[in-house]
Amino acid sequence: MARAICWSVWSSMSFSFVIAQILNGLASASSLFIVASGLTIVFGVTRIVNFAHGSLYMLGAYFAVTLMTPLLDVSRSFPMFVLGLICAALLTGVLGIALEVLLLRRVYKSPELLQLLITFGLVLVIQDLVIRIWGPLEILGPRAPGLRGAVSIAGVQVPSYDLFLIAMGPLVFGLIWLVLARTRFGILVRAATQDREMVAALGVNQSILFTGALFLGAALAGLGGALQIPRAAASPQMDIAVLTDAFVVTVIGGMGSVPGAALAALIIGQLNAFGIVVFPKSTLVLVFLLMAAVLIVRPYGLLGRAEPLSLRVVTPEGFTAIAPTSAPTWRWCGVLIAALTILPWAVDAYAQKIAIEILIFALAAFALAFLIGNGGLVSFGHAAYFGIGAYAAGLAVKKLGFGMETALLLAPLAGAGAAALFGVFIVRLSGIYLAMLTLAVAQIVYAVAVQWVELTGGDNGIVGVWPARWASSRITYYYLTLVLCSAGIFLLHRVLHAPFGYALRGARDSAVRADAIGLDVVKLRWLAFTLAGAATGLAGGLYAFSKGSIDPTLLAIPQSVDFLAMLLMGGIQHIAGALVGSTALHTLKVIALPLTDMWRMLLGVMIIAIVLLTPQGLVGGGLRLFRRSTRGGASA
Amino acid sequence: MMETGSEPLLEVHELDAFYGPAQALFNVSFKLARGEAVALVGRNGAGKTTTLKAIMGLIERRSRMSRYAGTDIRTSPTHRIARLGLGYVPEERRIFTDLTVAENLEVGRLPARSHRPPWTTTRLYKIFPNLGEMAGRSAGSMSGGEQQMLSIARTLMGNPDAVLLDEPSEGLAPLIVEQMAQAIVAMKNDGIAVLLSEQNLDFAASIVDRALSIETGAITFDGPIADLMQTRRHT
Repeated sequence: MARAICWSVWSSMSFSFVIAQILNGLASASSLFIVASGLTIVFGVTRIVNFAHGSLYMLGAYFAVTLMTPLLDVSRSFPMFVLGLICAALLTGVLGIALEVLLLRRVYKSPELLQLLITFGLVLVIQDLVIRIWGPLEILGPRAPGLRGAVSIAGVQVPSYDLFLIAMGPLVFGLIWLVLARTRFGILVRAATQDREMVAALGVNQSILFTGALFLGAALAGLGGALQIPRAAASPQMDIAVLTDAFVVTVIGGMGSVPGAALAALIIGQLNAFGIVVFPKSTLVLVFLLMAAVLIVRPYGLLGRAEPLSLRVVTPEGFTAIAPTSAPTWRWCGVLIAALTILPWAVDAYAQKIAIEILIFALAAFALAFLIGNGGLVSFGHAAYFGIGAYAAGLAVKKLGFGMETALLLAPLAGAGAAALFGVFIVRLSGIYLAMLTLAVAQIVYAVAVQWVELTGGDNGIVGVWPARWASSRITYYYLTLVLCSAGIFLLHRVLHAPFGYALRGARDSAVRADAIGLDVVKLRWLAFTLAGAATGLAGGLYAFSKGSIDPTLLAIPQSVDFLAMLLMGGIQHIAGALVGSTALHTLKVIALPLTDMWRMLLGVMIIAIVLLTPQGLVGGGLRLFRRSTRGGASA
Repeated sequence: MMETGSEPLLEVHELDAFYGPAQALFNVSFKLARGEAVALVGRNGAGKTTTLKAIMGLIERRSRMSRYAGTDIRTSPTHRIARLGLGYVPEERRIFTDLTVAENLEVGRLPARSHRPPWTTTRLYKIFPNLGEMAGRSAGSMSGGEQQMLSIARTLMGNPDAVLLDEPSEGLAPLIVEQMAQAIVAMKNDGIAVLLSEQNLDFAASIVDRALSIETGAITFDGPIADLMQTRRHT
C-alpha cells in the first residue's frame, strides 16, 4: 500500500511538474510572506496579535478592485496597475493608523484576552461593512496589463503574474529590511520588539512608534490583498481564510521575526505545492503536522524567541477564577434549578427550543470559563470541540446506526479525544501563542469538515439527527438537556475546587513555581484541556439532536467568538456566569437576527464597547450586578 | 518651568509605589541637587530598584510631589520624564541584544538640551574604547562588563542632566568595577547628577559624598556616606 502510494507519487513527479510546482509554491510563498510580515511587525512592537489583520487584507483587495478600474481606464498599462497596488496599500495603511489611534492605543495595558477580543470585534464589524459597501458577492478584479500571458520555463507554461508575485516577495522583504536596518524608525521598531519599556525609558514616544508599526503592518496586509485580485476574486470570506494562513506562518516562523516569516512562508509554499500530490483534498493537514513538529522542537517558532516579559497578564482581574460557591449561593442555585424545571410549562414551544440551546451553550461556555479562569488557557477555537461533539453524535446515528444514548456517550468522548490530541501541542504554549494555535487548529478542523464531503456532507452537513423516540418530545429533551448540562457544570465546578483545580490555578499563576513544587504543569493543563473538551463535546452532541442537523458553522470561528462573548457578558467567577452570558447573548441574537442583517456588526460593536468601557473587564461589573440581582431575589 | 540655582534638580516627596496590590515603597522623600552624586544603599529587596523605577514611572506610583528640573513628573509617562533629561540605567542592563552596539546608542539618542557639548558616539567611544571597537557587532555577543558600559553610554546619548544608575557594579569582575567607578566619576565631573543604587558601600563611597539608606521600602538615613559607614561599623 505505502509502496503503491510512493510509486504513484514518484511517477507523477515528472521534471516539468516539479518545476511548475516549485514556481507555484514560490508565488504563494510570496503572498503569504507579505501578509504575515505585516502581522509579525505589528505583534513585535505592540505585542498585540491583530486578528483584524485578515480584515485589512480583505479591505486591500476591495480597495484594489475599486481603484484599479478607473486607473486602468486612464491608461491600460503596467505602471498604472502598480500605482493601483500602491494606493490600495497606502489606503489600508491609513486605516491601520486609525485603528491604532482609536482602538489599540486604549488597550495596550489590558490583558491579552481583551486585546484579542477587541481586534476580533473589529473583524465582525469590517465583515458587515464590506458586505454593506461592496455586496455579498465575489468581485472579480482586472488582470494586470502586460502580465496576462504565460512564460515558458523548461517546457512549463508559467503565468507571468506568478513570476511577478515571485519577484514581489524578495522585493518587499528587501524594502522591509531597508526600513528596519537603515532608518531610525526601523532601529526603534527592532529595539521595541525586544524591550519596549526600555525604549520608553530612553525617551522614545511609543505612540508614534506604535502608530508607525500599525501603518506599516496594515499597508503590507493591504498590499497582500491587492496583489491577489488578478488571481482570485475579492470576497467577504477572504479575511478569516488569510488570517489562519498568516497565523500559521507567524507561529512557525516565530512571532515578531520578519526573517522567520519569510522562511516559514517558503516552507509552507512548497509544502502546499507538493502536498497536493499526497493529500489532494486538504494540504492543511500537512501544514498542521508541520506546525506541530516545529512547535514541539521550538515552542516559539523557527526564528522566534521566548516572550521577553515573563510576567504577562493573560486574563483580566475579574477573570481570576470561578470562586468557591458559598452556602447561600448554593441555595440560589437550587432556586435557579427549580425555576428551570418549571420553565418549560410556562412558555411556548419556540421558547422551549431557545431555552434548550441556552442550556447547551451554557455548558460549553462554562467549560471555556474553566479553561480561561482556572487554567489561564485562552482558547479561541473552543467551537472545534463543540462541533466535533456534534459531528460525532451525528455520524454515530447516521453512519454507524447507533441510538441517541450511545451517540451522546460518543460526543464527549470525541470532544475529549480531539482535545487530548490537539492539547498535546496546545498546552505547551501560553498566552497569545496558545490563543493563535487554538484558532489555527479550529480552522483546520473546520476545513476538514468542509472538504471531507464523503464523511461530513461538506457545507450541507448532516441532516436528520433526531433524538430517540422516548426523548422526541421537546419537553422531555429539555429535561434531558437540563440534567446533563447542569450535571456537567456541577462536575466541572467540583473539579475546580478539588486539589486538581487548585494545582491548575497554581500552574496558571506561575508555571515556574508550580513546576518547582513538583506539579507537572504540562500534564495538569493537558488534563484540563481534555476535560473541557469532553464537556464541550457533550454540549455539541446535545445541540446536534436539538437541531436535527449539523453543519460546519458549528465549529467555525464565529461560534468560538460567541462562547468568548458569553463569558465577557456573563462573567467567569460565578458558577452561573456562563448561564447568564449564554442567556444574554443567545436571547439578544434570537431577537436581533430577524430585525437586522447586521448581527455581526452589532456583536462586534458590543464586544469593542465592553472592552473599552470597562477596561478591567465587564466581568467584574457584571458579577457585581449579578450578585445584586441574586440578592434582590431575581433569577436569570 | 521656573528654575533657580537653589532649587534641587530632582525632588521626591512622599513617594509610594506598588506592584499590583502590594505596596513596595512608603513615603520616600529626598532631593538631588544639580551635579550632585548620591548613593541609595540598602539590602536586596529593600526598595532601591523600586525607587528608581517609580521615579521613572515604570511601575505604579503615587507621591505628594515629584519634580524634575522644575517640572511636575508625578503622572508623566516614562518617555516624557526621560526627555526632560533624566537618564535611567537599569539593573539588568537591558541592552537590545538583537541590535548592534552602534544601533543601541542610536536608540538612546535625544537632542541636546543643555549648554554642555552633546554626547556623540565619537566622544563615547573615547571614554569606552571597547564599544568603539565593537560598534558594528551584535550587542548580544558582548561580555557582562561591556554590556554595562553600553547601557551607560546609551543613556548618555540622551544628554541627561541626571542619571539613575541601578547597581552598575553588580556581577562584574573587580577590574571592571574599577573602570565603572572611573566612568561614573567622569560623568559626575561633566556636571551630571547621579543617583547611584548600590549594595557595595565601599564602591559607593569611592564616587559619592552623600547617601540615602533604604530599608523595607522606607528611607532610614540621609546624610554623609562617611557617617553611614561609621554606623554600619558599630552595629
